[in-house]
Amino acid sequence: MPLLQIEDLHVSYQGRTGPVPAVRGISFALERERLGIVGESGSGKSTIGRAILGLLPPSASVTAAQMRLHDIDLLRADQRTLRRIRGKRISMVLQDPKYSLNPVMTVGRQIAESYRVHTRASATEAKRKALEMLEAVRIDNPERVYDLYPHEVSGGMGQRVMIAMMLIPEPELLIADEPTSALDVTVQAQLLVLINELIVRRGMGLILISHNLDLVASFCDRVVVMYAGRVMETCKASELDRARHPYTKGLLACRPLIDRARPELPQLARDPAWLDGPVAA
Amino acid sequence: MIDIRDVLVSFGSGSHRIDAVRAVSFFVEAGETFGLVGESGCGKSTLLRAIAGLQAIAAGSVSLAGHAVGPSRTRAERRLVQMVFQDPYGSLNPTHTVDRILAEPLAIQRLDKVDQRIDRALGEVGMGSQHRFRYPHQISGGQRQRVAIARALIMEPKILLLDEPTSALDLSVQAEILNLLKRVARDRGLTMLMVSHDLAVIAHMCSRIAVMKGGEIVETLPVDRLRRGEADDGYTRELLSSSLEAKRPG
Amino acid sequence: MTAVIDDKQSLRAWLLTDAPASRNQARLGRWYSNWLALRRNPLAMAGVAIVVGLLLVAALGPSLVGGSPYTQILTARLEPPSAEHWFGTDQLGRDIFVRVVYGSRITLMLILLVSIIVLPVGLLVGTVAGYFGGLLDILLMRITDLFLALPRLVLALAIASALGPNIQNVIIAIAITSWPPYARLARAETLTIRKSDFVMAARMQGASDLHIIWSHIVPLCMPSIVVRLTLDMAGIVLIAAGLGFLGMGAQPPTPEWGAMVSGGRDFILDQFWVATLPGAAIFVVSLGFNLLGDGMRDVFDPKAAGPKA
Repeated sequence: MPLLQIEDLHVSYQGRTGPVPAVRGISFALERERLGIVGESGSGKSTIGRAILGLLPPSASVTAAQMRLHDIDLLRADQRTLRRIRGKRISMVLQDPKYSLNPVMTVGRQIAESYRVHTRASATEAKRKALEMLEAVRIDNPERVYDLYPHEVSGGMGQRVMIAMMLIPEPELLIADEPTSALDVTVQAQLLVLINELIVRRGMGLILISHNLDLVASFCDRVVVMYAGRVMETCKASELDRARHPYTKGLLACRPLIDRARPELPQLARDPAWLDGPVAA
Repeated sequence: MIDIRDVLVSFGSGSHRIDAVRAVSFFVEAGETFGLVGESGCGKSTLLRAIAGLQAIAAGSVSLAGHAVGPSRTRAERRLVQMVFQDPYGSLNPTHTVDRILAEPLAIQRLDKVDQRIDRALGEVGMGSQHRFRYPHQISGGQRQRVAIARALIMEPKILLLDEPTSALDLSVQAEILNLLKRVARDRGLTMLMVSHDLAVIAHMCSRIAVMKGGEIVETLPVDRLRRGEADDGYTRELLSSSLEAKRPG
Repeated sequence: MTAVIDDKQSLRAWLLTDAPASRNQARLGRWYSNWLALRRNPLAMAGVAIVVGLLLVAALGPSLVGGSPYTQILTARLEPPSAEHWFGTDQLGRDIFVRVVYGSRITLMLILLVSIIVLPVGLLVGTVAGYFGGLLDILLMRITDLFLALPRLVLALAIASALGPNIQNVIIAIAITSWPPYARLARAETLTIRKSDFVMAARMQGASDLHIIWSHIVPLCMPSIVVRLTLDMAGIVLIAAGLGFLGMGAQPPTPEWGAMVSGGRDFILDQFWVATLPGAAIFVVSLGFNLLGDGMRDVFDPKAAGPKA
């Protein structure tokens, strides 16, 4: 049985003038692998992560033929079940630690709290685990960093804290929504290496959501390309350069490349037929 | 066209002083597109704002089109250099229509034939008259950047400063905007100074590139050397390898 | 009939078109879509109905109702509401309903005049302080703090009693005590707006500080200030009523609602309608403005529009 199974997922938000469809019938299955979901703005990629964890506003409508983690039905789960799943079995790392960390609590305490929410650990035990985690995410001097506030740490360090927080309850699946977009390129590389190490060592599944095709291609095992709420193409990351769908090919072609000089970048011509295009992975 | 000598930009004073830009010097020829690349906090945006006249410099000199400019600029000096900003959602006033956004600089600079200039500016950036009276929330991110570019060009500047103009845009929209910028620079003989953290974008647009770190320029090199990965400085090589690592042949 | 419907359809299409052909069309279109958003909120529409009701009563009421708020029929004192006197009569035999209707004009004038004074003053002080910063900011904000430090009703009372008890002085007193929060609000908004890229762009074009404040900052401050003002209307009406109740406002026989409530104090137990019905009018108007203000805030607040995919 796959780790995560999604079939025909539809999500609409409640806009001012009526429902706004964000995801229109996507399906994929995830084993213990690294899956990348790539798309531009409006493709619905960020919505998927939130839909899986039940973190969408109550006015949003979520329907699917199937949405399960192992044998747990995520679609029909009540809030209590979802709360037990969030963090303990599925965790999510968001884009900017400036906004996702509590500004008035030290980072160490936040990590410890993440641990205590899911286990009946004492404060000392939780602190010990938190320090362990800080070391695992390669932060030098974890004792000192434990007492720092989020605004006192750099972006890269904040993301490491975020990862520590999200992995401390030892979930099976990590959803990373643009985890490196707010970071400098040198820090990005280090962070991805770290995530990879932790995922592989713990045998976790990973869903990496990004707008950066190159990042996803080099880091993930499989890639799902989304456009306007639907899946255009799914392929192995190593075979991305042999993509078949015109949207994927167009995206690949319009990237500026350091090692190739071109007078003009080819532009992506959007075919309206894509709006009704393929759905399944 | 742009001559920067020993520019120092600092914030705060005494023991709290931070030198965001230290003793930076370079020049840009007329018609050239020059790139400033570096990571966050290296001072590239601060330097750009100092050249734009939005930030006072503590020491050194900035010369545009041959004559020195100070922190307070005359109207003619303002007309000489314009800027396109990073965030398409923050660079247009949400309560102004596109028409008003484009008419404003014309009114400030007391230029005539307003209607004609506006229509021409919109056409130049690939937008039509149906967009003219829309509000920013009624147009897409890419279209907003086009309006921002039209606003910058409507005063016919000689120098265009670009602060990460495409980093907030989708990949496909970025390609369109970069093509637009190249075309416009070529048609008008513009001198462009572009700041970015994305080496691929800089390599595509610029003929010479300066790499900044900690407020200083660590290396200046022509684009073909950058493309071949022939950098002298260790930091430049580090930047190159981090960017190239994630590239796949397309 | 169909011609009327077609015209309405095409007017709506003209307003909501995505390619407006002129500045006015764009502006009217924007107001229309804000109106549509407001219309979707039933409580806000109730507020609108009450405010419109107030305007209509103030404009047309006196001529429709006839009579005079000053006519005393001493043989018909303190009569309960009846077919002849809808709200009953007060201690001097005056028809309370007629007095309430005439009094609506006073309430409306009060609200409008206070707004006209408070809005520009608050905006001016706030935007100038926020934009220029430094010594000017410190100076203006300390002056603002001075006025904020004193309790509003007490200060209004002091000013009204110093100037003399009449409705004009009530307006002045309320205006003087009401402007500080708007200055603070305008300053807070200005501090954020002045760092925007479009303000930078305007500076790069050579715009003067005055132009930037007027063209860019003021229009962006307006929504929150207007919403605050509508929510404050209730407070303004109540303070005027309070001053009138204490005898500092309009003097008898002027049918000012607060004074009417005060006048009915002695009869509150047996002839409750003399104080209660003008009080109900005050309540309804305050509620109407509150609901309208809430509704307007939801319209102007972009987060209420729902997330983008």
